[in-house]
Amino acid sequence: MGDSMGTDTGRKIRVLVAKPGLDGHDRGAKVVARALRDAGMEVIYTGLRQTPEQIVAAAIQEDVDVIAMSILSGAHNVLFPKVMDLLREKGVDDILVVGGGIIPDEDIPALKECGIADIFTPGTSTSETVKFIEENVKRRS
Amino acid sequence: MGRTEVVSRALSGDIRAVSRLISLIEDCVPGFEGLYSEIYPFTGKAHVIGITGPPGSGKSTLVDKMAAVCRERGKTVGIVAVDPTSPFTGGALLGDRLRMQRHALDDGVFIRSMGTRGQLGGISRATSGAVDVLDAAGYDYVIIETVGVGQSEVEIASIADTVVLVQVPGLGDDIQVIKAGVMEIGDLFAVNKKDRPGVERVVAEIRIALELSSVASRGGGGTSRIAGSAGHHGVSALGAAGSEREETVDEEAARPCWHPPILQTLAETGEGVGELFDACDEHMRYLAGTGELDDRRYRRARSETMQIASGRIWRGLTDDRGAFAAAEELAWKVARREIDPYSAGNELYEMIVK
Ligand SMILES: Nc1nc2c(ncn2[C@@H]2O[C@H](COP(=O)(O)OP(=O)(O)O)[C@@H](O)[C@H]2O)c(=O)[nH]1
Ligand SMILES: [Mg+2]
Repeated sequence: MGDSMGTDTGRKIRVLVAKPGLDGHDRGAKVVARALRDAGMEVIYTGLRQTPEQIVAAAIQEDVDVIAMSILSGAHNVLFPKVMDLLREKGVDDILVVGGGIIPDEDIPALKECGIADIFTPGTSTSETVKFIEENVKRRS
Repeated sequence: MGRTEVVSRALSGDIRAVSRLISLIEDCVPGFEGLYSEIYPFTGKAHVIGITGPPGSGKSTLVDKMAAVCRERGKTVGIVAVDPTSPFTGGALLGDRLRMQRHALDDGVFIRSMGTRGQLGGISRATSGAVDVLDAAGYDYVIIETVGVGQSEVEIASIADTVVLVQVPGLGDDIQVIKAGVMEIGDLFAVNKKDRPGVERVVAEIRIALELSSVASRGGGGTSRIAGSAGHHGVSALGAAGSEREETVDEEAARPCWHPPILQTLAETGEGVGELFDACDEHMRYLAGTGELDDRRYRRARSETMQIASGRIWRGLTDDRGAFAAAEELAWKVARREIDPYSAGNELYEMIVK
């Protein structure tokens, strides 16, 4: 339901873009953030060196539909599952979680097993990421 | 979480419920008005502070430090950070939280980012809704951050009890401070980035602009708005917020009047932020003590009520095909000079409200 002139209300896909781990580069995360914005999503960017706890707390306060995380440091096998565990602990089951960064192919099945919906490695175009998110958000009215 | 459960849990301060309720209102889901009416009786307790100023002036950094001060003093704070939605894509990059993330694990600080979602002015009704949810959930302070462009400063004044205008040295134009109609809404001025050259000049410019606007609004007579506030520059004078007399008697209104203090801050380190917070508290004491608080809240209620009513009338026009077709036809008649715009407007109005 609109409000008055010039409004455009109704649900928008909200995405938390986060950089867990200690690596200091967020160029990739920023490129993804802009692509999602350009696709009409609301992107909350939380910056570098976020702990899984901070990411989950922010995702809950921001009531996002999607958490998109990127890791270059190689800590993905620890940090991605940790985020999933924390979400489960808080009873959150309606957030789509995707990961990206430098992640070896052989690690991907285990990450998907723990609940990461998909992993986007450096070759993936941002439009693929956008499309995946649009087609897979779990929410809701 | 069912809809009624969301309300009761939000009222008890449950973070997930608070967050979900803000979304339901922001998205105007069917029936959101009912949810709103359930929380509304519990609002009106928080001190709502609006922070506005040019992009890059350090508002988010300042809000982050204000939240820290709040927590040191044992108070809780809800933050609503508004950034513009792109009119072309409908998307938004909401970057304010970036500067506040260290509070993420503190249950006494709730941070919510929001896009303007095409509201012309910048501050959406959704902002108002989020402020009310946080207020009802029991946060002691609610801080709204908004970029000072277009109408949003003026709109923030209609929601906030206390408006802090942030200015910085080195933006290069004197106009930033003196933009018409903006000085008047500042209850407090924070000149941030006091580590940068030119701070004193910005302070002086604000002081002059305040004096001018005060003279103008009093028709050249009466007490100067900043009379007696000579000591009000910089951190050294900030004890003023608590001890020096802020209030002098305004002969016309026969009620003490508020002289907007000008504070200097270094948001990066937090220097001066405690004093800024003191000044906000002092302003609330002034509002409550003079009855001005009731006036402000009445003005907010009035403008919201009118806005909602006019929104419905507008929807009546755009949703109702008959009315819409009639509007087009009337517009053609006006364009052809067959009738005048007032007659056309009145005819259309009669049709919609019938
Ligand atoms: N030199 C200096 N830089 C500051 C100060 N406060 C904030 N900044 C910087 O100004 C930039 C913009 O800050 P931000 O809080 O995002 O501004 P906003 O756009 O008004 O919210 C950041 O790089 C901050 O680190 C300050 O007091 N001094
Ligand atoms: Mg900001």
